[in-house]
Amino acid sequence: MQKITRDVILEKAISMLQSGEVSAVLGHRTGEFSYDVTPSVFTDAQDLKANFVWNDFCGANFSKYLISKTKKLEGKILVFLKPCDTYSFNQLLTEHRFEREKVYAVGIPCEGMVDIAKVKAEIGDGILSIESTDAGVVVETLYDGTKTIAFEDVLLERCANCKSKKHVAYDELLGDEGEVIDSNRFDEVERLEAMTPDERFAFWQGELSRCIRCNACRDVCPACTCEKCVFDNPNSGVENKAPTTSFEEKMFHIIRAFHVAGRCTDCGECSRVCPQNIPLHLLNRKFIKDINTFYGEYQAGEVEGSRAPLVDYTLEDLEAEDVFKKEGE
Amino acid sequence: MQVNEYKPLIVAFCCNWCSYAGADLAGNNRLNYPADVKIIRVPCSCRVNPMFILRAFQRGADGVIICGCHPGDCHYTSGNYYTRRRMALLFSMLDYLGIERERTRLEWVSAAEGAKFAATMNDFVQTVAALGENKRLEDLRCKK
Amino acid sequence: MRKISLANLDTLFKKINENAALYIPATDNAGGAVYTKYADGVEYLDTLNTVRSPKDFFFPQSENLMEFKVTGKNIELFDIREESEDFVVFGVRACDVKSFEVLDRVFLTEPVDSYYANRRAHGVIISLACTRPAETCFCTTFGIDASAPAGDVSAWKTADTLYLEANTEKGKKLLETLSDILEDADNSEVTAQQESTREIMKKLPLANLTTDAFGGNKTKDYFDSPLWEELSETCLGCGTCTFVCPTCQCYDIKDFNTGNGVIRYRCWDSCMYSEFTKMAHGNSRNTQVERFRQRFMHKLVYYPENNEGLFSCVGCGRCLSKCPISMNIVKVMKRLGGEN
Repeated sequence: MQKITRDVILEKAISMLQSGEVSAVLGHRTGEFSYDVTPSVFTDAQDLKANFVWNDFCGANFSKYLISKTKKLEGKILVFLKPCDTYSFNQLLTEHRFEREKVYAVGIPCEGMVDIAKVKAEIGDGILSIESTDAGVVVETLYDGTKTIAFEDVLLERCANCKSKKHVAYDELLGDEGEVIDSNRFDEVERLEAMTPDERFAFWQGELSRCIRCNACRDVCPACTCEKCVFDNPNSGVENKAPTTSFEEKMFHIIRAFHVAGRCTDCGECSRVCPQNIPLHLLNRKFIKDINTFYGEYQAGEVEGSRAPLVDYTLEDLEAEDVFKKEGE
Repeated sequence: MQVNEYKPLIVAFCCNWCSYAGADLAGNNRLNYPADVKIIRVPCSCRVNPMFILRAFQRGADGVIICGCHPGDCHYTSGNYYTRRRMALLFSMLDYLGIERERTRLEWVSAAEGAKFAATMNDFVQTVAALGENKRLEDLRCKK
Repeated sequence: MRKISLANLDTLFKKINENAALYIPATDNAGGAVYTKYADGVEYLDTLNTVRSPKDFFFPQSENLMEFKVTGKNIELFDIREESEDFVVFGVRACDVKSFEVLDRVFLTEPVDSYYANRRAHGVIISLACTRPAETCFCTTFGIDASAPAGDVSAWKTADTLYLEANTEKGKKLLETLSDILEDADNSEVTAQQESTREIMKKLPLANLTTDAFGGNKTKDYFDSPLWEELSETCLGCGTCTFVCPTCQCYDIKDFNTGNGVIRYRCWDSCMYSEFTKMAHGNSRNTQVERFRQRFMHKLVYYPENNEGLFSCVGCGRCLSKCPISMNIVKVMKRLGGEN
């Protein structure tokens, strides 16, 4: 469960809205059930009081919304950023995607967010309510009474492998600051690397064949901010609306991952929103891991204004043919 | 009797200033390399978008090679340094997806290296021929 | 009514599969279910809804329409249509069965879509009654009875028995081919199950959602509503809702140049996409507000207007569980209808 409470965040939001320091607040709005919260722009204190929510399902990364909302709204926007969101925030600033002075960023601690799919896998359908307590996630079900699940067992993948509880950008911090974590996020990449090419091919063929090209991974991605995506542009020669062949499935995901390589902060939104549960983060993490190995440790978004590895070089960079030798092969 | 020996189709992206001239020199010196190598001239090796490589495979290539000026000799000073990083990452990613790593290659060939150009192409064609047809990045629609 | 012991479910599947390709819900190895061609080793997964709806069987995500070759000034056309093979889909839920009616009205009215009609003629649907609906279910809103699914054959699964009842000629034919493994049954167990399911439906969180505020004549009531702006303000513009939706039926027709000829194909399109209405003159829906409005107006107002009041939503709940920002038709209906 979250250490920082809704009340603390709400109080901040209401006071800033009422004092006129900000004209809008980006926050989550309650849904029909306990878990279906919707990112929203609040401009009214009454509305905030009634509908603002902060719970274990507030996973959405608000950074990308700042691009469109700062252009559209008058005055400053108050945004609450989890540690992982602040990396995307910095990265977008590095790429000059929104005006910093139009945003008031408040860092809030995060204990990890719950994956509703994991909850459903654990207890089945028919969830009447979900509440986080110190004992775990308590789920009231339609068919099996009340069940309690360990919080750690139902975390989103990206939270189970959280890379940092530290905020790298904010105007103000609510609650305690955390630390960068030495996470196990590359373990799964290493597991795949250890497979034979045939096994890897079979693995990705299986995963990517589920893709329905809804573009949710791209549209939610804070690194995917092109005004016009090459895959939407009929003049590009590669535009397509459906993964018509297995080639097109691969093409889209390779190119998308490549285009965000060095800029992807590993926020994990792509995998969170994929309706087909494709582990898209494993593509991004491969690039991150390779960049770390080949060109030195680099965390996108950690430092505002840092130079991304793919728009940089050194005279001593390894040759493409040595890529595989480096791995000791 | 007619022997249907498998011949791979190779796409070679060659930079205008070094490698394309190197290919020219190979021709002038009457050095042999297979006609299955189709050269696409690009202004600089860093003009090669990863998408070009994937599309070459889609359209029937069995191997794709990118040739540029040696590091330090880029006509635009630094283009090939970017190419080096991009291709290192792309090749590693293709391998990660289980696609044969021998199907892609990056080579530095100067305008004076006609012999190297021919030798590189001969070697690459042989390597790809040993792998056989590109199945893992094919688009069946284009194979009719 | 006929029945077979669940212990013999595999026998039933094998027998059906002898005469026609059988598709059953099976695991997609990622926590979801997908209709999978029955074969040895494919296990039936007792699931509520597959991630993708069964509309794929009749209206696949992409489908080749024809091919042509251009040589000089000549165009050679190839009709690549083929008679579809007979197939049977087992385990379609009541909501999804209803979605076929919505699709039929689009594709089978003049001019009839021969690709769709061909598949429809060769497909036999065995539906399956629900016993454990989820919190996201709201089929009753659209007058669907989850415990009495339509389809060529209706099925009910109890603790140890599968009950089958044919509703159409196609269904009767299918059950005849299975007659030696089916037994006659009375419907007492089914009736009991139906009553129990109907009671559960009443207790679902969305049980009281109604369509009263919507229908064919409401265009002017909602088109200029300021609420669309608010409802769509964080919509990502992805196509998840449209692609998992069993009733969304918009498509695009495109050409693919293979290098040896041209394949004209169609594929699903989404009204959420910026290119959806792009034509020679430009785009008539320039913002996400308009695109978002279109999707829900189509489901709740335009479609019923053209189809005797039939809504083009069946309450399957897929968009409720899959939308990245959890914005969905239920929230739209409640907000526009004045409930929230």
